[in-house]
Amino acid sequence: MRALPSLRALLTAIALLLVAGLPLHAQIAAQDPAAAIARLATDNFREIEAGITELAATGSDKAAAAIQALADGRLFYRQSDKAVFIRDAAGKHVDARTGTAPAEEPSGLRPVRLNNAVRRSIEAAMGTLTLVSPDPAKRLSAAVAVFRSRDAATLPALDTALAKETEPRIRAALAQARAAVLIAKPDASDSDKVSAVEIIAARGDQDALALLNTAKASPTPIVRLAAETAITGIERRLVVLNAFQNIWYGVSLGSVLLLAAIGLAITFGVMGIINMAHGEMVMLGAYTTFVVQEFLRTRYPGLFDWSLAIALPLAFIVAGLVGIAIERGIIRFLYGRPLETLLATWGVSLILQQSVRTIFGANNREVGAPSFMSGAFDFFGLTITYGRLWIVVFAMAVFVALWVVLNMTSFGLKMRAVTQNRRMASAMGIRTPWIDSLTFALGSGIAGIAGVALSQIDNVSPNLGQSYIVDSFMVVVFGGVGNLWGTLVAALTLGVANKFLEPYAGAVLGKILLLVFIILFIQKRPRGLFALRGRAVES
Amino acid sequence: MTFRLKSLACAAAVLAGVSLSAVVAQAQTIKVGILHSLSGTMAISETTLKDVMLMLIEEQNKKGGLLGKKLEAVVVDPASNWPLFAEKARELLTKDKVAVTFGCWTSVSRKSVLPVFEELNGVLFYPVQYEGEESSKNIFYTGAAPNQQAIPAVDYLMENEKVQRWVLAGTDYVYPRTTNKVLEAYLKSKGVKAEDIMINYTPFGHSDWQTIVADIKKFGTTGKKTAVVSTINGDANVPFYKELGNQKISAKDIPVIAFSVGEEELAGIDTKPLVGHLAAWNYFQSVDVPENKAFIEKWKTFTKNPKRVTNDPMEAHVIGFNMWVKAVEKAGTTDPTAVIDALIGVSVPNLSGGFSAMMPNHHITKPVLIGEIQADGQFSIVSQTPGLVVGDEWSDYLEGSKDLISDWRAPMSCGNFNVKTGKCGGAGK
Repeated sequence: MRALPSLRALLTAIALLLVAGLPLHAQIAAQDPAAAIARLATDNFREIEAGITELAATGSDKAAAAIQALADGRLFYRQSDKAVFIRDAAGKHVDARTGTAPAEEPSGLRPVRLNNAVRRSIEAAMGTLTLVSPDPAKRLSAAVAVFRSRDAATLPALDTALAKETEPRIRAALAQARAAVLIAKPDASDSDKVSAVEIIAARGDQDALALLNTAKASPTPIVRLAAETAITGIERRLVVLNAFQNIWYGVSLGSVLLLAAIGLAITFGVMGIINMAHGEMVMLGAYTTFVVQEFLRTRYPGLFDWSLAIALPLAFIVAGLVGIAIERGIIRFLYGRPLETLLATWGVSLILQQSVRTIFGANNREVGAPSFMSGAFDFFGLTITYGRLWIVVFAMAVFVALWVVLNMTSFGLKMRAVTQNRRMASAMGIRTPWIDSLTFALGSGIAGIAGVALSQIDNVSPNLGQSYIVDSFMVVVFGGVGNLWGTLVAALTLGVANKFLEPYAGAVLGKILLLVFIILFIQKRPRGLFALRGRAVES
Repeated sequence: MTFRLKSLACAAAVLAGVSLSAVVAQAQTIKVGILHSLSGTMAISETTLKDVMLMLIEEQNKKGGLLGKKLEAVVVDPASNWPLFAEKARELLTKDKVAVTFGCWTSVSRKSVLPVFEELNGVLFYPVQYEGEESSKNIFYTGAAPNQQAIPAVDYLMENEKVQRWVLAGTDYVYPRTTNKVLEAYLKSKGVKAEDIMINYTPFGHSDWQTIVADIKKFGTTGKKTAVVSTINGDANVPFYKELGNQKISAKDIPVIAFSVGEEELAGIDTKPLVGHLAAWNYFQSVDVPENKAFIEKWKTFTKNPKRVTNDPMEAHVIGFNMWVKAVEKAGTTDPTAVIDALIGVSVPNLSGGFSAMMPNHHITKPVLIGEIQADGQFSIVSQTPGLVVGDEWSDYLEGSKDLISDWRAPMSCGNFNVKTGKCGGAGK
């Protein structure tokens, strides 16, 4: 009879020893986290960090709730008695230590603040606390968090989670997390480290590279060798990836240049006039987007994601109308006088800038991105941002639409005729002044819809046009006037060249080198890459 | 003949009357020049400084003006155009005859107006953090010198975030170039190797940050903790932070500490992806003292906009304006030479609960605050120097500067006195 209590006491003592001996185990009964929670009742960031580490070690549900509340900014404390409260969505407070609501709503609360170090320890703690959560998304993010924190104390929890895990993606993430922990653990066995290096090498991205660089500093030669081999393999792969990444950046920059320049190529080609107000058409398109968004924000906020689609035709019309006004009002009278047209359109650009400044103010205007244009995704190791992707798609769509208009409509036919030989086209009965106006309107309208796209990646200010006018002329001069394919090839070439130069020469010098290259190029081929041939054109 | 004489006499009388009244009217007000860009790439930062100056002038006029006269604001727009800054400065000093000017943001604009102020003996209060390496008799620097912002920021990152690799990213003009020179020398003096420092410059208004942000990501994956020290100025910051958010660079992994991004620059961006990135200033709107709360209330009432924010250069103008008022009252005149002498030693309260004093080198004492961006565009103060730091424009980490001091009191009256050779290098740079 007396043996039983002492056996129970012995077992309890052993259990307590185990609990005290090992820092973390989610499967053993959780300790009371009240003392650790009380440590969070302070403004001292180091204390808060220590409290979080202690809480994570308890493995209790209350600990997880408190840490999650802290991460969301819903944890408050009272200076007087170090009480800690969690505020829920309804604004009601719950005592973090007991999990129950207090008798009356507490007052004199101050928020428990965070800094980057606290956020990192929260991430690590949530990782260890949610490794065996029933929600698979939480388990995956826990595995990723442990991969980054590399906390050696999580090893037993990782082993338990791996044994229970059924989903292959999460298994792989847990295996990588375990490998990361082993590499960072100074007293892990060599065979463990070598197999860990192999798992990480299979991951093959920049995070893997970072981890393997720390393994390279290991004292054991066999681990060092494994790490170095893995690193060489990854670096080779990364060099290729980097080249593709630069090509992608170049294509996205080229698509921006294409959008800005294609309208100019058409007007320059058909009418031979240098339109210095072209950048302002882009600016008008961007401001149209701003106006549409402001309208939707106040009246129909649910339609915000459609704001760009609504702004596109409006921007085309607005810029096109302004284009017709300029053509009928000024350029028509300066036919055949390129220098005067240049000066006149320069004046028009200043007038347009100042009018926009007067109506909307000189400051930048905020144009928001619809939800489908934010964020990025991973494409075989390349990071592709949605905004840029849609702009590339959009630029190609505009190009195709314009090609169809030029080659498959009667208007396009007349435009091409006027480009090749104005006098003969006039003799054939084509009303050249009318074609001029419509071409100018088309070119300006395209610039307007380019402005809608550019409002997503650049600041919307009255000076927006000035940053694109020089680039547009560069593309048109390089690609050849009046030729759509020339503009496409020129824009993409210049974009890709700029992006390949940038890592070596820097943004400023890269631009300069490109300009020098174009100057030298047009010495050899003054008409650009794809020059139009014809007797009238060459005169 | 008589008729002509009479009409001539009439005209002369009228003219005399008009000019006399104009002179009388002129003598009734003290003109204060405001030289800030209201358009162009720097308008995002400078417009609010013009507004705070108007508020301070209105407040002073309510208190009865200065020396019995009302203050009159003369606002000009140099449009982020650096040579235009010099022209507008000359216009303020010669045509409008302002007694003092509050202006400039970029160092290139200040360098453009410096010769004008020295030639015409004007007084300029410059409220923005800058690179040092300058001390002019006619300029009072109420913004931070590198030892009041850049160096403490780097110290914070080294001690608290254990940063070992550094990216120094800046806009391509004198302030980032010089600050990065100082920081590079400082980092090397702390044992950081040259391959652990990456320096990079972009033009004003740069919008395509894809490559640079990808390079920063790559630089930060060697296993050593990396941070970005950003001296990017103007609206190029908006696409930069957007790209950081797009490429998912979180502040936990690669923190970015900026010297030219405050509450005003963040007002137009969605700051949720930026939470945890840092800025180093001498004042934040979130400083929790009664003087600051009162100032913020006044500001929101004046601008009739409860969403307007306050920032460090605004506080610098508040300090500078109050110092100028005190010095004019001390000297009894607005004559520039007298005011310049009277300003040294003037002490006024700042908006973070302490005092700010004007030192003989024309810099002021300031606390250094490090803040983290919050989701609402405000800053949470994570670190603060226990006391005030005296501004030191001649950096102790650069070869040509460590032996220089500046003291504009008689008998030294020199902006760059070399203590080793015992000679004055000239009347400021």
